[in-house]
Amino acid sequence: MIPHAAILNKAKDRKFEADPDQAPTEDYHDIVNQLEKEGEWEVHRVPEPYVEVKNKYGRTKKIPVEQTWHHKSCGQCGHIPGYSTSIFWINRKLGLDYHDPTDQTSCTAWNYYASATSNAAAQAAVAMRNFAAAHETGYYPIIHCATSFGHYKETRQQLIHHPELRRQVRAILAKLGKKLIMPEEIVHYSEWVHAVRDRIAERQVHDMSGIRATVHPACHYHKLIGEDAVYAPEVYGAQRSAIITSTLQALGIEVGDYSTWADCCGFGFRHILVSRDFSRSFAVQRKIEVMKEEVDPDILITHDTGCVTTLDQSQFAAKAHDRNVGLAVMSDSQLCALAMGAHPYKVLQLHWHSTDSRPFLEKLGVDHQKAFAEFEQAVEELKSGKKEYMTWEDADG
Amino acid sequence: MTLDLSGKQYAGVDYDEKERLFEEVKKDFRFEQYLYGCYECGICVAACPSARFYDFSPRKIAQSVAREDVDLFYVFLNDSVWDCSQCFSCDVCPRKNSPGGLITLMREVAVNNGLASAQEALEGYGRVVYKIMATGTQVAPDMLQANAFPDWGPHVKDIAENLEAWRRALPPETMHTTEASWQVDEKTITELYLIWHMTGVMDMIKEVDEGLFMILQDVMEEKLEDAGYDVSFD
Repeated sequence: MIPHAAILNKAKDRKFEADPDQAPTEDYHDIVNQLEKEGEWEVHRVPEPYVEVKNKYGRTKKIPVEQTWHHKSCGQCGHIPGYSTSIFWINRKLGLDYHDPTDQTSCTAWNYYASATSNAAAQAAVAMRNFAAAHETGYYPIIHCATSFGHYKETRQQLIHHPELRRQVRAILAKLGKKLIMPEEIVHYSEWVHAVRDRIAERQVHDMSGIRATVHPACHYHKLIGEDAVYAPEVYGAQRSAIITSTLQALGIEVGDYSTWADCCGFGFRHILVSRDFSRSFAVQRKIEVMKEEVDPDILITHDTGCVTTLDQSQFAAKAHDRNVGLAVMSDSQLCALAMGAHPYKVLQLHWHSTDSRPFLEKLGVDHQKAFAEFEQAVEELKSGKKEYMTWEDADG
Repeated sequence: MTLDLSGKQYAGVDYDEKERLFEEVKKDFRFEQYLYGCYECGICVAACPSARFYDFSPRKIAQSVAREDVDLFYVFLNDSVWDCSQCFSCDVCPRKNSPGGLITLMREVAVNNGLASAQEALEGYGRVVYKIMATGTQVAPDMLQANAFPDWGPHVKDIAENLEAWRRALPPETMHTTEASWQVDEKTITELYLIWHMTGVMDMIKEVDEGLFMILQDVMEEKLEDAGYDVSFD
């Protein structure tokens, strides 16, 4: 007879200890530093103060706290602008020095993964131009988009292993008057949120202990060069990436597990723009409905341009087919800013979202009607010419 | 739609031509890191979002390349690679393959050679390519138009109607733009155009969309000339 109970109990007791010496992949730190010694590039060191976290195989990753150069996301700034605004707002409220550059292009990877109208050399040159631009300011790059993050990790991998590509990109940058600069770490903003989550929780003004959430992690965060994603023993026993879940737990939110956690959102890069029937079907049937059936959360928190877009915008059309949808979607930065008392429309800019977050706001005791009236009044002042722009001070008014 | 793997639909294409394209994929420097072999376990298919809604299999694509089945490769090159979501869920492969990476290479070869299937796949995508190449940011606020995204909900119409004011209602000073996602310096744009020039990206555009190429050529050559560069994309 098979001792099922004993086996299952043993499995429950089993702990996985991440051992860098047993890692199946190379440690990029070693090679990045070695190539600097050989004069191949200059390494942009993570500035102090930084927080040390662990990545997938237990290697230490340094996350800068401030002096950050914000590599913005075209999709976030373009059509979910409260996403980026919330990241900046949190930095300001925590009193952290940051730089919002205009000497920055998109990583161009959304287009690359959608249309293939580019190549490895061009993609690497775009990445390294942005990194060089960051280095020139003295601020350290922090990446807002998971696709930029994943693609830059992929680019680092290619540059590490292909001297010819390094030579080609170095020559291109020289023509632009720039040096080849490789950051010591490629850092995603959700890793920064994870690193400062206790500071965020210290400034929390809304009790979120009655909130149940689901999390969707971006594929390009934890699957593309997956060894360089942050894991923590206290989050799913370090068997899944820690970011977002760790932050929600720090805010007192109950995170519900669901069976399609590891599934993609359905974004598809080209699909979300020209074949949205696929994106909609996948997002609704494999993510939203599963979450609602298995967890019935108050909110879905995710952390990428494509994931927020797909999971948020795909639900409207599904209503016409009586699908089990109607789940508000936000990024982790928007949720953290809200927890700290940010204005839902002046900072989170929730009017750019498709899903209805008002029931969630009501559960937190936020008067969304009053808040939207305040936003509309501020917009009237802009339209009438009374004010030119909404300032950070206005956003807190 | 069921994928026809018989290859009959491409019987009129010379084997040598198929083999030439296959060799082009193989000679990419990334190829050796994307394909080591195949256990035929299908884990990549289980993880793949596209496989759930299309007749699409990252396993079959990887196997066709690993077995050097040039006819089958050519079917996938034309009829399958554009279904991929490029999420890299298939990187879970226990053999350390990256079917998604392999598909990236195949798509690049399809574009570089101006295959009709690539041109068809990119129909309706020209405006996006224009935005990213010309402005340095891809999904600009002014692309949110109700007729382009009717399935996203009525808020898209609100955004389009209030776009200029709502952009000024963003506290970050860099984000008051409507034609680009944020304010990008002129010097930065010039540097981006020089990258496109030095890496042959415009040649790829020319292969799949000559009209778009000509528009981009005008925009880029004029800006580069203003910046003191004598550059031609011809």
